[in-house]
Amino acid sequence: MTSSKQALAQPATSADAAPGNQPGAARGAQGRGTPPPGGSSWRSRLYRWDMKASPYAFISPFFIVFGAFSLVPLLYTAWYSLHNVQLADLDKQTWVGLDNYQNLLSSDFFWNSLWVTFVIGVISTVPQLMMAIGIAHLLNYKLRGSTVWRVVMLTPYATSVAAATLVFVLLYSWDGGMINWLLDFIGIDPVNWRESDWGSKFAVSTIVIWRWTGYNALIYLAAMQAIPSDLYESAALDGAGRWQQFRHVTIPMLRPTILFTVVVSTIGATQLFGEPLLFGGVSGSKGGSAHQFQTLGLYMYDQGWIVGNLGKASAIAWSMFLILLIIAVINLVVTRRLRKAQ
Amino acid sequence: MTTSDLTLPQAEKRGSRRPRVLGAGKQLHAGPVTYVILTLFALISLAPLVWTAIAASRTDSRLAQAPPPLWFGGNLFKNLETAWEEASLGTAMFNTAFVASAITVSTVVFSTLAGFAFAKLRFRFSSALLLLTIGTMMIPPQLAVVPLYLWMSDLGWSNQLQTVILPTLCTAFGTFFMRQYLVQALPTELIEAARVDGASSLRVVWHVVFPAARPAMAVLGLLTFVFAWNDFLWPIIALNQQNPTVQVALNSLGTGYVPDQAVIMAGALLGTLPLLIAFLLFGKQIVGGIMQGAIKG
Repeated sequence: MTSSKQALAQPATSADAAPGNQPGAARGAQGRGTPPPGGSSWRSRLYRWDMKASPYAFISPFFIVFGAFSLVPLLYTAWYSLHNVQLADLDKQTWVGLDNYQNLLSSDFFWNSLWVTFVIGVISTVPQLMMAIGIAHLLNYKLRGSTVWRVVMLTPYATSVAAATLVFVLLYSWDGGMINWLLDFIGIDPVNWRESDWGSKFAVSTIVIWRWTGYNALIYLAAMQAIPSDLYESAALDGAGRWQQFRHVTIPMLRPTILFTVVVSTIGATQLFGEPLLFGGVSGSKGGSAHQFQTLGLYMYDQGWIVGNLGKASAIAWSMFLILLIIAVINLVVTRRLRKAQ
Repeated sequence: MTTSDLTLPQAEKRGSRRPRVLGAGKQLHAGPVTYVILTLFALISLAPLVWTAIAASRTDSRLAQAPPPLWFGGNLFKNLETAWEEASLGTAMFNTAFVASAITVSTVVFSTLAGFAFAKLRFRFSSALLLLTIGTMMIPPQLAVVPLYLWMSDLGWSNQLQTVILPTLCTAFGTFFMRQYLVQALPTELIEAARVDGASSLRVVWHVVFPAARPAMAVLGLLTFVFAWNDFLWPIIALNQQNPTVQVALNSLGTGYVPDQAVIMAGALLGTLPLLIAFLLFGKQIVGGIMQGAIKG
């Protein structure tokens, strides 16, 4: 804020010093290249050219990077998904049509990975976002040391996927792990977290929840602080208690933000990769002995770089993209409905 | 596409809210129950990190025994040394610092330029291009890694750091973040005043946009650095243990490169330490940035 105010002062005074010296330039600043009167010197032409070209020049680095490292590769991935490309022999690429996709549709592992991705996505996202709303609500109270609380809640975000997962692997370990020890305390039999079907999905989800809950809480907090306080005042006048205010004012006002976090979390869940990979240990790319936590992202990595079938990996990547597009369409429909309902 | 529908109007609202009128006095004071619940969540947030340090100070055989250690042992420096040497963590930290710094500088500069253009300049297709920019955030990195890997092999770039720097030189998140900030923080009259002086676009950027954008550039820099330090999928495909980043080294540790849990924890601790220090120093700014940006990077 302060620095922008300083910047405000400087050029404003210099503009005062030269009032109306170049009226054409002033009009040019409106954005349309009206030619400055008083001579079509090369300067004014240069000036018009600058006005026209500079916006495109400014956005071009992003679009060049996006084109070269996202868009073109995305299309090439589609191309490779129609070929047999083996890691062991990269020079030989033979056209196979839709074979890779047919191969996927008839593969149990593919359907398994879709199921795993869906399950982990649901049990990591739903509790995470609900807790995040709760935490945000608490952080929205007038707190002593409010910044400290916020930073502490965000600390897991600083921990990388790899570091966090390595720690959780140890916490969830069968012998001597903290979690089984705590379960033993309250009289529950130890769980073999890595081997069990639901146990492993639960464990992987807790890593995601741990890393992202604080982050989402801050996003909700930002949205809560934007809710006008007179809404609460009139609700209080109507006799609404704290809980009713939360239900009937906070939640409805948060609806766009909730939808937004659901979308972002869904995108994240669809490509979940690092957590299950490292949770699996030595042969992590298989996602457990019965593939019980092999997500779609993990399956793609396994097929591409462990099995060495890059053509099939490309087909898996495109399946992932198609799923996200479907989710995007659903989201669009839901958003429209919500808007109409309001 | 979809995210834009949600964020754009909201962001506009946030912009107009600027001088915050929300009466702080009307905010409800937190009761003791609030403090108790928040303390519980704070403990859950911090406990795994503290326990990493505890485990890193023990031995492998101790960690396999039934009651897990709850206090520090005496093996921390020995384990750190082993992790440092066995997993090339020295190289990894240096590489990651280099990669993350390069990505941060470039992303901040390019995103500010693009964000400024989208926020304040009028040009054909600007709103369509902005929507496209936001839409690109939906594309998972998995869609690019196969061709990138093949090209990299063709170029003989396997295991070289530029392969992990180049794809992230400018991000959609950064562009959108700067755009949202500059829409409300940079008065249009200021640009017009500079134009009256006959300033070229580059001069406007240098003397008006950069000074006004400085707070947001700092925050974007922090967020980008955290993101780049922790980036996982592409680095573990493009690099290996010969020339790793921190995440690649941790991946090697986790997949049995060094089968010693205490050493693995020492590695995890070491690899996270720089970011924890950054949080200690700039936590407030990072929190502010996330609350302002409200988009996952």
